[in-house]
Amino acid sequence: MTTTPPAPPAQEVISAEIAQAHQAYAKAVQGGEAPRTHPDRAYPPYRSTVLRHPTRPPIAVPDPDAVELSGPVFGVTDVTDLDSDLTRRHTGEPLGERIRVTGRVLDRDGRPVRGQLVEIWQANASGRYAHQRDQHPAPLDPNFTGVGRCLTDDQGAYAFTTIKPGAYPWRNHDNAWRPAHIHFSLFGTAFTQRLVTQMYFPGDPLFAFDPIMQSVTDDAARSRLVAAYDHDLSTPEWSLGYRWDIILSGPAATWIEEGR
Amino acid sequence: MTSQPRSPEHEGLDDPLPTPSQTVGPFYGYALPFAGGGDVAPTGHPGAITVHGRVYDGAGQPIPDAMLEFWQPGPDGSRAGAPGSLRRDQFNGAIIGRTGLEFTGFGRVATDADGHYAVRTLPPGGAPYISVCVFARGLLHHLYTRVYLPELTDPATEPLLASLPPGRRATLLATPERDGIHRFDIRLQHDGIHEETVFLAFD
Repeated sequence: MTTTPPAPPAQEVISAEIAQAHQAYAKAVQGGEAPRTHPDRAYPPYRSTVLRHPTRPPIAVPDPDAVELSGPVFGVTDVTDLDSDLTRRHTGEPLGERIRVTGRVLDRDGRPVRGQLVEIWQANASGRYAHQRDQHPAPLDPNFTGVGRCLTDDQGAYAFTTIKPGAYPWRNHDNAWRPAHIHFSLFGTAFTQRLVTQMYFPGDPLFAFDPIMQSVTDDAARSRLVAAYDHDLSTPEWSLGYRWDIILSGPAATWIEEGR
Repeated sequence: MTSQPRSPEHEGLDDPLPTPSQTVGPFYGYALPFAGGGDVAPTGHPGAITVHGRVYDGAGQPIPDAMLEFWQPGPDGSRAGAPGSLRRDQFNGAIIGRTGLEFTGFGRVATDADGHYAVRTLPPGGAPYISVCVFARGLLHHLYTRVYLPELTDPATEPLLASLPPGRRATLLATPERDGIHRFDIRLQHDGIHEETVFLAFD
């Protein structure tokens, strides 16, 4: 099945669709619908969702014995000390603005998620991923791969040293640019708490143009994707500090915690 | 049931607000999948089963950039899991694989260029299904489903399966292909011919 791909839509078209989705959401909440944290999987401004979202509502599983209320565990054998410093993975120093990103992973009751795996990946300072399928003409950095992982500590805290990623173009629409972001993958104590998301940097002028970020139609929820610059986390003559706490939704079995 | 005390840093945040999901995007391939991610069963284990299939979109096309995660109890029914799924060399960070002694219960597999995946595991104990979490470019929030193994369950009496009409129910049942090999396709969207996979919600 080969069809000629249609000409990419203009930013104005995407921006109008983004505005429309925001208005529809605001109206729904005004009409009494519960506020929604997560994006709607059917979100046409992000064109790749069109054929990749279910059309049927999910089936609720109220079973208190569901396997998903427990989840995978990780430990010291799954990470190495080097994994949380993305600037020390090669023989030389990567180019870019050195940053420290730290925060806490908490469950929906505000309890720290302890000893769990946090994984990140990101573009380099020029906005290029060290991935074969990213072929946009920005330089690769031989001293930066952009992959990290760590385990949360007893307070649920994680910390990474990395460089600030650059914005990069993509083909969703004409002149589409992703705001700078770091991808995060998180586990809770239950499989139901699994989260993959993206952390953004405060004040990025690309936010309003980006359908992926704007797919979170709740303004307050969307703001929770943006890290805070924290001057106290900055280290003199070394790195700038950003703080970003992550709250996992989804239920967990409390009984499982007793054994851990 | 005991609940953990809140740490002092978190006092005052009584209503923590969840962080929204965002798509895994197209470039997770060098970060998340790992060698042997689908080899949950110890090497050479005589009781190992293979679950494999394709992930399809609403045009009936295979999805080459999806990632599946699997979670299940051990054959003894334990849901505690075990660390070591991503065991690494401490000096160069390379993946050195599971020890093959503990059953970690966790698998992670990216689909190949033809949308295909395979996971080799042991049959779960105490539950007739393997939990699946689906990530993909173009999917803004992951999806949960389950692979029910027909030899472990009676679809007519298992509460979730029995609650579904037959066509929908069939999307959760693995199809035995030959000894120890099960087929389980995942369809993110009805394509006009095939039923969309049943996805699950836990809130």
